[in-house]
Formats: sequence, structure tokens, C-alpha cells
Amino acid sequence: MINLFYISTEIFLSLSILILLLIGVFKKKSESFIYNFTCIILLVGLAININLIPQFPIDLFNNSYKIDYFTTLIKSVILVSAFLVMLCSLNYVKQNDILKIEYPILILSSILGMLVMVSSNDLIVFYVGLELQSLSLYVLAAFKRDNILSSESGLKYFILSALSSGLLLYGCSLIYGFSSSTNFDLIYQNSESIEYGIIFGIVFILVGLAFKITAVPFHMWAPDVYDGSPTSVTVIFAILPKIAALTVFINFLYGPFLEMFDQWQAVIIFLSIGSMVFGAVAAIGQKKLKRLIAYSSISHMGFALAGLSVGTNEGIQNSIIYLIIYLIMNIAFFCCLFMLKRENQYFDKVEDLSGLSKNHPLLSLCLMIILFSLAGIPPLAGFFAKFYIFTAVIEQSMYFLAIVGLLSTVIAAFYYIRLIKVMYFDEQKEKYDLNHSIGLKMILVISSTIILIYFINPNIINNFVLEITLI
Amino acid sequence: MMNFPIISSLILLPSIGALFLFFINSKNITGIKYVSLFVSIINFLISIYLWLIFDQSSYEFQFVENRVWIKDFINYKVGVDGISILFIILTTFITPLCILSVNSSIKNRLKEFLIAILLMETLMIGVFCSLDLVIFYLFFEGGLIPMFLIIGIWGGERRVYSAFKFFLFTLLGSVLMLIAVISIYWIAGTTDVEELYKLGIDPKYQNLLWLAFFSSFAVKTPMWPVHTWLPDAHVEAPTAGSVLLAAILLKMAGYGFIRFSIGLFPVASEYFVPFIFVISLIAIIYTSLVALMQDDMKKLIAYSSVAHMGFVTLGLFTFTQQGVEGGIFQMISHGIVSAALFFSVGVVYDRTHSRRINDYGGLVNVMPKYSILLMVFTLGSLGLPGTTGFIGEFLILMGTFKKSFLVAAIASLGVILGAAYMLWLYKRVVFGELTNQKLLKIIDLNKVELSILTLLALSIILFGFYPDPFSNTYSVSVENFLNEYNDKLNNYNLQNQ
Repeated sequence: MINLFYISTEIFLSLSILILLLIGVFKKKSESFIYNFTCIILLVGLAININLIPQFPIDLFNNSYKIDYFTTLIKSVILVSAFLVMLCSLNYVKQNDILKIEYPILILSSILGMLVMVSSNDLIVFYVGLELQSLSLYVLAAFKRDNILSSESGLKYFILSALSSGLLLYGCSLIYGFSSSTNFDLIYQNSESIEYGIIFGIVFILVGLAFKITAVPFHMWAPDVYDGSPTSVTVIFAILPKIAALTVFINFLYGPFLEMFDQWQAVIIFLSIGSMVFGAVAAIGQKKLKRLIAYSSISHMGFALAGLSVGTNEGIQNSIIYLIIYLIMNIAFFCCLFMLKRENQYFDKVEDLSGLSKNHPLLSLCLMIILFSLAGIPPLAGFFAKFYIFTAVIEQSMYFLAIVGLLSTVIAAFYYIRLIKVMYFDEQKEKYDLNHSIGLKMILVISSTIILIYFINPNIINNFVLEITLI
Repeated sequence: MMNFPIISSLILLPSIGALFLFFINSKNITGIKYVSLFVSIINFLISIYLWLIFDQSSYEFQFVENRVWIKDFINYKVGVDGISILFIILTTFITPLCILSVNSSIKNRLKEFLIAILLMETLMIGVFCSLDLVIFYLFFEGGLIPMFLIIGIWGGERRVYSAFKFFLFTLLGSVLMLIAVISIYWIAGTTDVEELYKLGIDPKYQNLLWLAFFSSFAVKTPMWPVHTWLPDAHVEAPTAGSVLLAAILLKMAGYGFIRFSIGLFPVASEYFVPFIFVISLIAIIYTSLVALMQDDMKKLIAYSSVAHMGFVTLGLFTFTQQGVEGGIFQMISHGIVSAALFFSVGVVYDRTHSRRINDYGGLVNVMPKYSILLMVFTLGSLGLPGTTGFIGEFLILMGTFKKSFLVAAIASLGVILGAAYMLWLYKRVVFGELTNQKLLKIIDLNKVELSILTLLALSIILFGFYPDPFSNTYSVSVENFLNEYNDKLNNYNLQNQ
């Protein structure tokens, strides 16, 4: 029974999903109720999760599931950001006619999948979690089924993601074949002598995971899927799977494959440099904000991977800090997107921002802070995220990575300040609506304020992360 | 009283003022103006008070504040010595004048403009008193945001191009500096400047680190050939923006050269002296010649700024008492003179909306007061004895003569060229026939403009005749600075023999 106690967050979420499904089936017009209830469930799940922080790492179910400070922290981050995403996309979901009972339930089940992924200590458990997460997301991407773009993005995401899952599964089977176990700890013990089979397995697994966090060269799906999906789903894509997949990256690289550091380091550095540079260059020509943020997130994932490539605790911690700051910035950015609506029609082109500062000074001020922060200009939070990453990178004397990364921030700065130029220097257009939900406004103001004043006391966020020691 | 964080309050006060402005209704224009003016004047008074209680006989950093900022990593450390305090006073002196000048030049979004100016002041003061490399970088780079907006929102026709050029040039230079800062942290174990002075940095890393810092400071100074953003930024920025750029932003790089490039990397600095001399000379001669050909007043003054900053780098890298003192004095002097010149251009631009020299001529007939003051600034810029410009250039040339006769001789040509383009500008704008009919109705300086320009003219003449208040402040620090520099260099040479 003690085993079940430690996974009460997951149990709670699964039970809630079942109950919500029943409510949805038997009660007519219960969409809003389920949506609101899901938000509450996420909060309760968060509360349960925080109370479960263990003093020392705990292994469950024959060592196939592990709970420690790191996984609990990441789960809390996932639950908080899921709650914020639900809260800020409420009006969008209502007005775009995608508020069906399945919508919140699918989100919940993908979150359940992420929690399982994060905690998994076994290839099979990991794969089950990954598939639960992905399957829910395929449906969500195509949720606006009358819209051709949305269907296309769902299909595209499904096919390419299935391909990557196949690769990943092939990698898993190679690992199993050459180390005769699916358990992470046993793989670690059995793979002390370097065998090519295991290295192949690692590469296939890394390819599959790189696909999930949209690292170059496995990024092709991201812009189309981001663009085609409803914005409320895009924000999920931009944040939640990335947290989970990056955590799995850490779990794999610094768990079973730690001995193989020399082998996988080159792969990660390649993914990182490719993402940073490509994300920065490709975003320049984009005309739609959602495509632009897709490329920007590709580039940001490159920075997070740079932190993972150094092989030190500082590197991991700094990647997590990067991820947290990234998700704050992205939630804030999408809040701004949700506010660009006029008579129930939402806008997502760069030119729609034209002259925003004249009509909506506060909104454009927030967006400006977010964009400068995404570009990594001090003293905003985004600068510190990059600063920490490069501190870890330069500690290991990886100057090439650091110089390429920082030069790519200069290229990236160009398209971020182009948006600021459009908002502040261009001619104004019609006004947008002002009747946004309080939740949306609160999230935007609070997250922009956090970005702005993070520099006053960086320890507040850092302290949570500094306790993570994996090596 | 000594525990009162006077430097932090200097840094914070403008930001608090900006925050206060943020909550004032933007229709309340007089309120906004008075609040920002009040804040900046208070800041000026605090800095003067700081100067008065500053101990001029000590070369140590004074009023040092040291607090833990990022745990186990970086401390928030600020303090002033004889060199930095002068730049702080220059900043707090120029900012209220900029705020005063917005009356006529800024028509829309006044509140946001003043917020940007006040934030700029915070960041600029921060740059001059930070004693930690990371803190310095934060302030140095943070200045990009308000300046980008000042040029982009309130600038002229090609403002977008100029703002982007300014932003990207500076950012590109600075990211390399960031890598160097982090490397220093791992090489020496700290980013605390005072500690680093004591510890010294391993000479084998110095050349690369020096180049990384140089890439940032060279763009900001600006040195030839990366000066091209400056004329564009100056021409398009509103008057107050140009003034801030010329008077203070450019000095951040010059100050950075003293404090970091030379202070931290003496061996590398000595190694790169010929390089600096060559590009400084090119800057002086080439940009002076370019300035001669300009038909836009602001562009002409911008190119003259590049030439004057060429003198500054020349002086700093002579490593002689006169040269370094001259470089510092030249920066202060150029801060005042170029601010005055840009204000003067702003005055006529507000009236005629033209910066073309050919549109003017014969202004002396209609604007006598203006013509007299512009005369003072022109003479200050070309370095007539009795103005601040003379002392700076004279000391620099003296220091350079000690090092190399040839370099000094070529640099002296720059002084002559400077006189040529400035006097020619003055002749074309002020003297001659009043041909442009528009100019007949032009009115002379109003009270605010007159007081701004008179204040600047007085300080140019006063400190030109009596430079002691400045030179007393920095001489002890410079002397100690050069002693330490020579000690470190000798140690290195001894080790290598």
C-alpha cells in the first residue's frame, strides 16, 4: 500500500479523468462545468504533489517508477503550467467552439502521461507514459475538426510523431537486447563496457526525444502544427510536452547512459547548435506569430540542450532554470495572443500588432518586456536564463558552443525587435476588444512582472532548482 | 551616516521616479515634467554631495556596497573612485538638461519618453559605479532597451533603420564580452573587480579576453571601422536622445577601456598598443575628413564625436599620466561640448525642421544670442585654449609625444582638421547673407533654451580656465592606476626573462 501512497497524484488524476468522463456522458451541457472542474483538479493535484516531496529517493513497483525531489519538482511545474494554460485559454476555447467535454479530459490525460514519463525508471513505463501523452495531443491538435488547417496539423503531427515513436521504440529494443534489461538502473550496470548496439540504441532514443522537443533536425512538424492547431492547443504544445521531454532527456542521459557521456555529448551539442542557429535564422521571415513562436521555441530548446550537453550538475540545474523562465515567457506571450481579438475573431499575424502601443499601451508594454526577455536582453529574466546556461557551458571550456549560441541570440534579437518595431513604430490599426477574463489579465500582468523583476532576487526561483543533484 | 547606501540611492532614484511617472495620468503634462525634473535635479544634488564628501587623497574605491545577489556566484558591488565619480556627475548633470529640453522637441508620448530617459539615467550611473563584471554587463547592456525605444519611437524619418542598426551592432559587440566575463569567472574564480585587480589574470588568457572586451567597447566608443551606427543613430534620434548618446553612452566605452581593458589585462593592453594607435589615428584623420564633407549638421557633429573619441583612446593607451588624464578630461569635456552642440542643433531644428547646413546662413542677424553661444561651443569643440576641449587634447598630445613622435604629429593634424570643419560649419550656419526666407521669422532662444545653453557654455569656459576640481579628483586614482599597471607589466616581464 505504501507504494500507492507515493503515486497518489497520478491516481488522483486517473480517477478524476474517469469521473469526468462519466459526468460528461450522463449530464447534458456539462462542458463548462468539466472545464472549470479540471482547473480545480489540477490545483488539487498540485497540492497533493507538493505534499509528496520525499526526503530521499523512493523506488516503486520493482524499481520501475521513481519519486525524488527532481521528479516532484518537475511534476509541480507541469501541473502549475497546465493550470495557467487552462485558465488563460478559457475564453478562447469558448469562443472558438471547441469547448467539448473531451477537451479538458484529453488535456488531463496527456498530463497524466507526462507525469508517468517524468517518473519512469523503466523503458516500458516510459513508453506507456509517452504514448498516453502523445495520443491525447494528436486529438487535441485536430480538435477544430471543421478547420482544414487544424485537421492537417493533427494528421501531420500524428504521422511524424508515430514515426519518431517507432524510432524510439526501436532504440529501446536495441538497448534491451544489448543490456538485457528495461530497467534504467540495470541498464546502467550492464552497459559498462561500451557496445555499438547500445550506442545505436541511445542515438535512436535521442532522435525520438529530440522530435518531441522539436530540436533541429527533427523540427519540421513544429511550425505547421503550431500554426494549424487552435491557439489554446498551441500553447500546450509550446510548453507542457517540452518540460516532460526535456526531463526524460535528463533522466536518460544522466541515468542509464551516464557512462556513455563521451558518446552522446557530441549528439546533444549538434542538436543544440542546430536548434539555436536554425531557430534564429528561420524565424526572421515569418509573418504569423504562431509560426514565429514555433521557431523561437526551437531555438530556446537549443539553449536548454546546451545546458544538458556539459555533463555537470550545474548544467542540469541551469537547463531547468532555463525551462522555467522559458515557460513563464511563453505563457505570457500566448496571453498576449489571446488578447488580440476583435468581435470574437482572433488575430495572429505580425501585421496585426501594428501600432498596438497607441491603443493598448499596457498590453504592448507587457509584450515588449516579454519579447526583450525572449531575446535575452538584460536585465530581464530571459537574459539570466541564457547567462546561467553559458556559465555552465564555459566552465567546461566549450567555447565554440558558447560563441555560436550567443551569436545566434543576436540574430534572434532581430526578429524579436522587429515585433517591437511593429508595435511601437508603425501606424495604428483598429482597437481590439478589452473584455478579457480576469484570469487572463492576471496571468499576463503577473508573469510579465516576474520577468521584469526577476533580477532583483534571482535566488527565489534558483533555490528550488539548486537542490537537484543527479550526478 | 557612512552606512547610508548613497550610491545605490543614486542608481535607484531615477527608476523610482520613472515608476512614479508610470502611474501619473499621461494628460497631466506639467506634472510629468516637474516630477522628472525634480527627480533628476535631486539626483544631481546627491551626486554633488557625493563629490564633496569624496576623499580625493585616496585611490581606494569609496562608498563601496557589497551585498549577496545570486547566491555563491555574484555579489552586487558598487563603489566609486576618482575616475568614475566624474562620469557620474556628468550623467546627473546632463540628464536634467535633457529633461528640460523636451519642451519643444517631443510632441507625443511625453510620459513614456521621460520614463525612458530616467531609466537610462539609472543604467548609466550603474555602469560607472559597478565593481562587478556581471553587474557592469547588466547595466551596460540594459541601456540598449530604452535607447532603442528613444531612437525608434521619437526619431526622424529613417528611425527604424537607425534603431535596428544601433541595437544589433551593440548587441553583437557585447555578447563576446559576456563570454569573456563568464570565462574570467572560471579562470579567476570571481567577477569582483577589486579582487581581480589584486589577483591579476593569467597572461596567457589576456589577449583573447582583451579582444572580447574590445569588441564591445570598440562598437560603443565607437572606433573606426565599427563607427557607422553612430552617425545614423545621432541623426535620427530626438535631441535629448542624441545628447545622451554623445555625452554619456560613448563615455561608457571609454570608461570601460580604463576600468576593464587596461586595468584587468595590462599585458594584453601593452601588446595591442600599436593596433589601438593605428585605428585611433585612422578614426581621427578619416572621420575628420568625412565630417568636412557632411551637409547635415547632426551628422557632422556625430563624425566629430568619432574623431574626439579617437583622441580619447589614443590618450588612454599611452599609459602616461598626461595621456590617461587627458583621455579622461577629454571625455568629460566632449560630454559637455557635444551635448551643447546637439542642443544647439535641436534649437534650430525645432524651429525650421531642417538639419541641412545649406538651409541656414546668416543666423547672426536674427538669432544673436544663439550665435554667441554656438561660438563658444564651436571653439570648445575645436579645442581653443581657455575651453575644456583644449586641456583634454593638449594633455593627450603631450602623453602621446612621450610614446611616439610620429603618432603625435599625425594626431595633431586632427586638431587642425577639427578646427577646419567646426569653423566652416559655424561660418556656413551663422555668417553670411540671410538667404532662406523662412529664417526671417525665426525667433531667438527662449528662456529654457537660453538657460540650458548658458549653463553648458559657462561650464565649458569655467573648467577650461580652472580644471582643478576635475584633475584633483582623478589625479591620485590615475597615478595609482598607472603604478599598478607598470608593476604588473614588470612582474610579467621579469617572469619571462
